[in-house]
Amino acid sequence: MTVLYTADHEWLRIEGDTATIGITDHAQSQLGDVVFVELPKVGRQLKKAEAAAVVESVKAASDVYAPITGEVLEVNDALGAEPALINSDADGKAWLFKLTIADKSELGGLMDEAAYKAHTA
Amino acid sequence: MATHVSEAPTLQRTPLHALHLARGGKMAPFAGYDMPVQYAPGVLKEHLHTRAAAGLFDVSHMGQIALRPKSGKVEDAALALERLVPQDIVAIAPGRQRYALFTNASGGLLDDLMVANFGDHLFLVVNGACKVADEAHLRKHLADTCSIDVLADRALVALQGPKAATVLARVCPEAPGMKFMDAGSQQIDGVSCFVSRSGYTGEDGFEISIPAAQAEAVVSALLDDPDVMPIGLGARDSLRLEAGLCLYGHDIDTTTTPVEAALEWSVQKSRRGVGARAGGFPGADVILFQLEQGAARRRVGLLPEGRAPVRQGAPLFADANSADPIGAVTSGGFAPSLNAPVAMGYLPTTHAAVGGLVFADVRGQRLPLRVSAMPFVPHNYKR
Repeated sequence: MTVLYTADHEWLRIEGDTATIGITDHAQSQLGDVVFVELPKVGRQLKKAEAAAVVESVKAASDVYAPITGEVLEVNDALGAEPALINSDADGKAWLFKLTIADKSELGGLMDEAAYKAHTA
Repeated sequence: MATHVSEAPTLQRTPLHALHLARGGKMAPFAGYDMPVQYAPGVLKEHLHTRAAAGLFDVSHMGQIALRPKSGKVEDAALALERLVPQDIVAIAPGRQRYALFTNASGGLLDDLMVANFGDHLFLVVNGACKVADEAHLRKHLADTCSIDVLADRALVALQGPKAATVLARVCPEAPGMKFMDAGSQQIDGVSCFVSRSGYTGEDGFEISIPAAQAEAVVSALLDDPDVMPIGLGARDSLRLEAGLCLYGHDIDTTTTPVEAALEWSVQKSRRGVGARAGGFPGADVILFQLEQGAARRRVGLLPEGRAPVRQGAPLFADANSADPIGAVTSGGFAPSLNAPVAMGYLPTTHAAVGGLVFADVRGQRLPLRVSAMPFVPHNYKR
């Protein structure tokens, strides 16, 4: 299992041919209290960099972009009832959606944990 | 996620800037100032703490202006100011304050402001983003009868919430004796301040003008009270939205009239129709006509039926499929006290009745909203 990061503060947990995607703890701390999450529909085909989800704080709405191309396999319905999970467990329970990995070469452009730490330092 | 941090080198600082940094304020540019958007607890907790106990807001970016009559008679300053606003300024008794509007020739709004009668002069508080233009406007039209002194060497803070009076009483024993919209000089910890019982949250509370040199000491004394939490601009916005109060540049601007903005209550009878000093302010023909006949559109409260916040700029539609928008949201977000989204915006008067259903376009979806009375959270003023 590998965890990769985007410059836009998303994480991807890679397991075989699927990626579980969330926003980083750094991102949630920048957003503040999350009050609403809009997730993509299961079955939707997402292209890399396409707006896939929306995370809203009291102050503002922020788009989450698909970090890779793939089909939405599953979304985290728990966030509908408890959007604040993103503040308490961004790296774990508050995953957003799972994607098929359509093009493994897209993973090459992502950061590992050390590179992401340097990115947010 | 896209997170942006931008720094403008020319940002001004309020007299409380160092205190914000020391208390962990997350700073951002606002009205030309480097201001705290939130502190460590975050917008949600700051908002709820203000409704439950007391919050302390730095609003020193706002303009404080003394309007002094050259004749020495405050009524002359009041009569002069009435040439620029549709409010009855003459009737503001010494020690009292009133909400007012600078209008333009087409009946639109240049700014909203507070006007207090301090006995020998008027004290005005105007929006930070408008204060330079407001000063020029006053000089252009009132310099013949008044001296216009911008009080740049004073901080302005708001202490808001159900415990505000108890907290302020510890350093200003006279404060609890004031009523809503009372205003005047008070000693706080031996410092000469201007205090009014007013605010921008819907809660009981006070707005306090403090000489810049003493501002940090006075505010620190207030913040030492365990009931008081420093509050950033984020919660200031969610609190005023719940209270149904307009934000200049968003809910009101040069294109909205007092009648369209549902602010008729602020125009006293003496300035209308057959009143003693009817008209005589910019845009009086438009505003007086609309006060009699109504306007074609109106600012309304909106309650989204789902969980999704509907934010500023969202177009509003009469039904789920119609192509042409009938209005737009001017302020919208999440209401922490209601645990639900709320919004305000403009609709044709034909669609403005409370209970009506309209639709907003949010990211390509039509979301239903119910036209609602405001405030969304009841005001808690000590009248």
